[in-house]
Amino acid sequence: MNEPILSVENLVKYFPVHSGLLHKIVGHVKAVDDISFDVQEGEIFGLVGESGSGKSTVAKTIVQLYGLTGGTINFKGKNISAMTKQTAKWFRREVQMVFQDPKSSLNPRRSIASTLEDPLIIYGIGKSRREREERIRTLLGQVEMSSRYMYKYPSALSGGQRQRIAIARALAVNPSFLALDEPTSALDVSVQAKLIGLFVKLKEELTLSYLFITHNLSLVRTIATRAAVMYVGRIYELGPIELLFHHPIHPYTKTLIAAAPVVTRDEERVKPRQMSKEGEIPSPVNPPSGCAFHPRCSVAQSRCSEALPSPVEIERGHFVWCHQAEEFAASERVNV
Amino acid sequence: MVQGKAILDIRDLYVWFRVYEGLSKVLDGVSLHVQEGERVGLVGETGCGKTVAMKAAMGILRSPPAQFPQGEVLLAGHDVLRMTPLEILKMKGRTISMIFQDPLSSLNPVFTVGQQIFDVIRYGRRRTSDGGRLTKAKLKRAAIEALTSVRLPDPERILKLYPLELSGGMRQRMLIAMALVNRPRLLVADEPGTALDVTIQAQILALLKALVNEAGIAVLLITHDLGVVREMAERVYIMYAGQIAGEGAATEIFDDPKHPYTQGLLSSVPRLTGGVLAEGIPGTVPDYTEAPPGCRFYPRCPHKMERCTQQKPPLVEISPQRHVACYLYSGGTSE
Repeated sequence: MNEPILSVENLVKYFPVHSGLLHKIVGHVKAVDDISFDVQEGEIFGLVGESGSGKSTVAKTIVQLYGLTGGTINFKGKNISAMTKQTAKWFRREVQMVFQDPKSSLNPRRSIASTLEDPLIIYGIGKSRREREERIRTLLGQVEMSSRYMYKYPSALSGGQRQRIAIARALAVNPSFLALDEPTSALDVSVQAKLIGLFVKLKEELTLSYLFITHNLSLVRTIATRAAVMYVGRIYELGPIELLFHHPIHPYTKTLIAAAPVVTRDEERVKPRQMSKEGEIPSPVNPPSGCAFHPRCSVAQSRCSEALPSPVEIERGHFVWCHQAEEFAASERVNV
Repeated sequence: MVQGKAILDIRDLYVWFRVYEGLSKVLDGVSLHVQEGERVGLVGETGCGKTVAMKAAMGILRSPPAQFPQGEVLLAGHDVLRMTPLEILKMKGRTISMIFQDPLSSLNPVFTVGQQIFDVIRYGRRRTSDGGRLTKAKLKRAAIEALTSVRLPDPERILKLYPLELSGGMRQRMLIAMALVNRPRLLVADEPGTALDVTIQAQILALLKALVNEAGIAVLLITHDLGVVREMAERVYIMYAGQIAGEGAATEIFDDPKHPYTQGLLSSVPRLTGGVLAEGIPGTVPDYTEAPPGCRFYPRCPHKMERCTQQKPPLVEISPQRHVACYLYSGGTSE
């Protein structure tokens, strides 16, 4: 394999929980607890999970909105937690982020042009006002919006258009990597479909790589080349997208796919048997011991609550963090 | 078209609002009915008027600000649009009840779960014929029974908790318990479970389906999530810009969509089986103050004809129990 554009090794991010008059630290939210993955050049890597699984924290830690508690993140071979001022500036140009809710990620009191001009000024792109304006026109063209929107305000735009502006803002500094945190979740499906098309087009045209975070399994199946399934701060299954969806091994992955609402009979046929009993998603402050899924897992054994499972490579590049991964994979092979 | 007894029957309803820009004609002749014990889905994207239709059905859309130039809403045979607020209040809980999308904002944060459920039970039984006085013990027993029916663990303890102390899934269960405790004949569910995670949403939907089936309660499910509708509803209405585009059995609509809007919508849904995603539907939902005449979908429609721009296509039966409002399917009959 080539050198990955981004590699995350043993990433840990804890948030302290304060309490009482003296604001003492009484515990930690273990938002991300020892995860590793890499994103190849030109790849769309999906990160799937339910709320509280830590997927957004991963993205925010990568773009350095959060400092990390432990582990290393390498971007294009450079360790981003030990950067000089100069490489830090380079890094922030290379890596950009698009958030879920375009309503709250755009400033309602600034026109589209002014929002898009900021990054250009900061990074010295375009020497004169006219050059910057030209660049803004190009950016709007890239996200398939007419330049007559330049002097409008976010309130005059629809949700889909606002998200296009957020994408244009991320593209303004010519990044090579985008962290997309549920970029289409707030939108209707017909608008979502158009934006997904745009993401794929931009990736080809501008040779970008994406970290695509979503809770929508069908969406990650459609857009990503590889994906990781997260649950309460850890990755439980990681692999090429076809393997993950056609031969899911981890009971949680199966539960997740089985629970996804679908619209066709074909999809119903590929759904695995539901592997979960009733139960709630545990809190990351006090996650269950061992494998965090064991209280909900219908095939859990005593060792599941005692020790963390170590990764098992079922097939090339398909990793499963489950004590019974080998057995499940074997029975899967018999069934196929 | 109507067989059996309709618990909710909306007939050719128009709803307008006077706004700054002019007259916003939101609903444009919507007809929709729900039979006793039937699960019906109303699907549409943001701003298509599904919430206005739902509010009209509940009798909580008052005039003014709304104007009802035409149509009627029959709830258990009574015209909701002509009822006084008190009469509508009397129907709530026992004839019709509701589950909202966001469980946190529809519960009062300063009262305990118990207090809120007791209120609902007291309200519903106030006028029951069983005559017996509702003692505190009876009230508590009914509340615990309701919480047990939605499979909330340790109901005795939960009665003393505040909504903030419950998880999202538990709050949604509590809302379902409150909505069903007085055995309504129609349950209106507005995006139930949309705020929840998929695995929890699947639990909630399965529970809701089991409970209403068991009690024979009719459901009007309002959602934008096509997958959820397919799972929950027997019959589906597709709504676009204040018009009903089509109606039919859920399985038929999903297996073989007819209306160009329904086709566009379904092809926009990403699939678990992968494959390239369609490009969505071009254009956006029209502005209701200057909605296109005729079929409101024609500016975005790949098959638009001259006629579509002039007169609204009628909802015609194309196969038993299957209706589509599109000239592609009523070519011969309407002229």
